[in-house]
Amino acid sequence: MRITQGTFSYLPDLTDEEIALQLGYALGNGWAVSVEFTGDPSPRNNYWDMWGLPMFDLPDPAGVLHEINECREAHPDCYIRVSAYDSRPGRQTTALSFLVNRPR
Amino acid sequence: MLQYAEMGYWQPDYEPKPTDVLAAFRVTPQPGVPPEEAGAAVAGESSTATWTVVWTDRLTAYEHYQGKCYRIDPVPGNPEQYIAYIAYDLDLFEEGSIANLSSSIIGNVFGFKALKALRLEDMRIPPHYAKTFQGPAHGIVMEREYLNKYGRPLLGATVKPKLGLSARNYGRVVYEALRGGLDFTKDDENINSQPFMRWRDRFLHCMEAVRKAEAETGEVKGHYLNVTAATMEDMYERAGFAKEIGSIIVMIDLTVGYTAIQSMATWARRNGVLLHLHRAGHSTYTRQKAHGVSFRVIAKWMRLAGVDHIHAGTVVGKLEGDPASVRGYYETLRCDKADPDPRYGLYFEQDWVSTPGVMPVASGGIHAGQMHELLDLLGEDVILQFGGGTIGHPLGIAAGATANRVALEAMVKARNEGRDIAVEGPGILRAAAGRSRELDMALSTWGDVTFSYESTDTPDLVVTPS
Repeated sequence: MRITQGTFSYLPDLTDEEIALQLGYALGNGWAVSVEFTGDPSPRNNYWDMWGLPMFDLPDPAGVLHEINECREAHPDCYIRVSAYDSRPGRQTTALSFLVNRPR
Repeated sequence: MLQYAEMGYWQPDYEPKPTDVLAAFRVTPQPGVPPEEAGAAVAGESSTATWTVVWTDRLTAYEHYQGKCYRIDPVPGNPEQYIAYIAYDLDLFEEGSIANLSSSIIGNVFGFKALKALRLEDMRIPPHYAKTFQGPAHGIVMEREYLNKYGRPLLGATVKPKLGLSARNYGRVVYEALRGGLDFTKDDENINSQPFMRWRDRFLHCMEAVRKAEAETGEVKGHYLNVTAATMEDMYERAGFAKEIGSIIVMIDLTVGYTAIQSMATWARRNGVLLHLHRAGHSTYTRQKAHGVSFRVIAKWMRLAGVDHIHAGTVVGKLEGDPASVRGYYETLRCDKADPDPRYGLYFEQDWVSTPGVMPVASGGIHAGQMHELLDLLGEDVILQFGGGTIGHPLGIAAGATANRVALEAMVKARNEGRDIAVEGPGILRAAAGRSRELDMALSTWGDVTFSYESTDTPDLVVTPS
């Protein structure tokens, strides 16, 4: 069974270059980016484990990709997602969220 | 005819107060009726005036209660018509009541003989009044957090055929569409509780389908269970049952009336269930440009009334929807603060003072081949509903759903990567179809279907391309 949560689950899994392009879009919008992982991707599990705090004010995607790879190494059997957060008034919610790792 | 202008309903020097409710009417006076007199008559008949002078006016501070027509503009290109701007004091309206607001503004004046035709184009609801309404039970942000779905339009489909399926067959369509990749499926406006399928049977089968699709995809899914019924008691019973069996959303039709809509919005917030509104019947009064009520006014009223979803046009589909007007409706539903903009038919500024946004729904004759246009024109906070464009797929309903989801995700990804989807869209779709048989088949089936007819309801000001 393929979990289809996240914005891009009906496309082939994103390569690191493709992930970097999406991160560039998020950072360009001024969104903070965070990495989370879980072994329980049930539809109503909102609170995945945080891989550190959300990264605010990052200049480029390389730092996030580094964290993604660290997290993949530590939790290869977990789902890992990247979320971008929009803190503007009237939003103050997630703006984009997609999977970057599925259990091996 | 009575001299309404002379009686104080025409006040060209009046400066609207920040607390006034403002309205813009398209007025077509009968021959011989001067435009100022027509505007004053509308102000009078939608506020304090009657057809003759009454001495009992003198028992009130009637100047305070008079509607004031403060501006009249000729309509470009149409010598018969004028836009009359009218200000109403806040004291004329009951707090938090769409029924009262609409009875006041459109209750009496539309049949007035001195006017050939009359249309309510737009309203400015001052914050002081907006804040007396509940507003959307949840709104766009909370809905996305409920659904755990971000960064893309949501996808839906209306179950077809809309009449005649048994509950078991109906649930099959729901299951296939949701497991294939849609977020929502939907009852149509006239699916209530007929002899061929009673409501409780439909609810039970649909929720089995929703649960099964959730288990198979790991996503939150929903089916808009239409609880429209003859009485409030019936609607509460059906909505309560929907909640009891775990539905995240219920739906009502515009035909239930404004008061019933507000009651259901209160129920929806209290019970944590999203509220979808199908604008059944609106075209009888919104479509013709000379007479009736513009949909942008209905959209504004429904945001105040408190629905979470409302159908608001597709531009490219089979139903009426001029691109500029539809953009104006979407702005009315989603923005916190909108400026007046004649290009989109917006006559006034509107400050929603943090009233949550309503999710617009684009439905009717749209398909995967238009995904670039839909995303480009309608943006991200919208539900794209492909009924025929899902269920009519040659490989089956689930394949139809997958085709739409693949097309959508490919387009969002390309847009985020900085590509110009309005121009490159067809190429992006073809590339995605190379990896998806479902999308490939959808494009070869519907790729050429368009509905190019002239709109009847368009803004007066047309932008000249530069």
